[in-house]
Amino acid sequence: MASLDDLKKRIASVKSTQKITKAMKMVAAAKLKRAQDSAEKGRPYSEKMNNIILNLSEGISDKENAPKLLSGTGKNQIHLCVVMTSDRGLCGGFNSNIIKKAKSYFSRLSSEGKELKIITVGSKGNDQLKRVFGDKIIENISFKNSKNANFFDAEKVSKIIIEKFQKEEFDICTIFFNQFKNVITQIPQAQQIIPLKTDIDDKEKLEDNYEFEPDEDEILTNLLPKNISTQIFKAMLENSASEQGARMSAMDNATRNAGEMVDKLTIEYNRSRQAAITKELIEIISGAESL
Amino acid sequence: MSEEFKLEVVNPEKSFLSKDDVTEVVVPAFEGEMGILKDHISIISFLKPGIIKIYSKLGEEKYYVEDGIIEFKNNNLSILTSTIFNIKDIEKNKIDEMLRVAEEETAKDNISDQAKYLIDQKIEVLRTIN
Repeated sequence: MASLDDLKKRIASVKSTQKITKAMKMVAAAKLKRAQDSAEKGRPYSEKMNNIILNLSEGISDKENAPKLLSGTGKNQIHLCVVMTSDRGLCGGFNSNIIKKAKSYFSRLSSEGKELKIITVGSKGNDQLKRVFGDKIIENISFKNSKNANFFDAEKVSKIIIEKFQKEEFDICTIFFNQFKNVITQIPQAQQIIPLKTDIDDKEKLEDNYEFEPDEDEILTNLLPKNISTQIFKAMLENSASEQGARMSAMDNATRNAGEMVDKLTIEYNRSRQAAITKELIEIISGAESL
Repeated sequence: MSEEFKLEVVNPEKSFLSKDDVTEVVVPAFEGEMGILKDHISIISFLKPGIIKIYSKLGEEKYYVEDGIIEFKNNNLSILTSTIFNIKDIEKNKIDEMLRVAEEETAKDNISDQAKYLIDQKIEVLRTIN
């Protein structure tokens, strides 16, 4: 059995760890509130954007010459995957879930004989992917210095993607991120952004005939790059809400585990203290008896 | 009969402005300024750098925008933009900073004609409000 002193030290160290995890949980909870708010506030923009694009792509006159960002290059050979993770750890399965989803997608691609290119956003994803897919990673972007997800960062990412698309470095682009459902559940998502996939269910919404100024094609050419930024920004917002949620529940678990450990150690400590006292008593009594 | 319609300005971070007593909005559309009144035909257009003027009971408000898309439908005007400021609130040194950046950009020779046109527009607008 460990000595009393050792036990005391261990209890103290577990307690201080508990304090840290508790504080981290509180911080994550506060940040989660903010991240959730901004995710909700960002929704109208991306929804409206989506609607307008849907209307436009329906109304487009010349489907053959539609902008490439909408119709794709016509090939399906080189896939670009943008894996969006966090920059910080200690958030449970948040990053690993995205990576797992991405990895299964990657292996499907390679079994189909497709070429793969990866852009990682966030350093944690890069750390996990570079071991196996190091040679496939063409770019690593990290926003460690930005406090919150902001549109400016999203635009930077989309600029890189669009540039590569125009140089015909890839045919299809998919982004990976965690969608925030609630604090305990985050769903890893794979969303194809180039060429744009339009949901068929949404078509019911289209009733109006719009007037376009200038014509559809020109608006679309201008709008599609913006839509990519918007989609990436949406993914970033969802991701940051998910990250805080995942961290909150992970830290909650850690705090609870630490509490259990403290209880166990305290019992052990009390027992060994009692054992020491009993031992001393026996020694005194047997000493007195022998007189 | 009221001559008012709804206006919503959203930027990626939040809903920037929402009003339902607007009588007229003038937007810097790509092919020139466009005034929108009630019962305008449904229209989608996009913006170049310029000033949005919003007229309501409270009078006139002016906002500076850099880009955006507008959609007008059923007397609802939505303006989506990534950069928007109320001209009243904008600080002079911020305008100077933006002007400086834009001037640097337009001095580069590898930009496309359209980009150059947009930046020149931006500089012009910034100069007028400065």
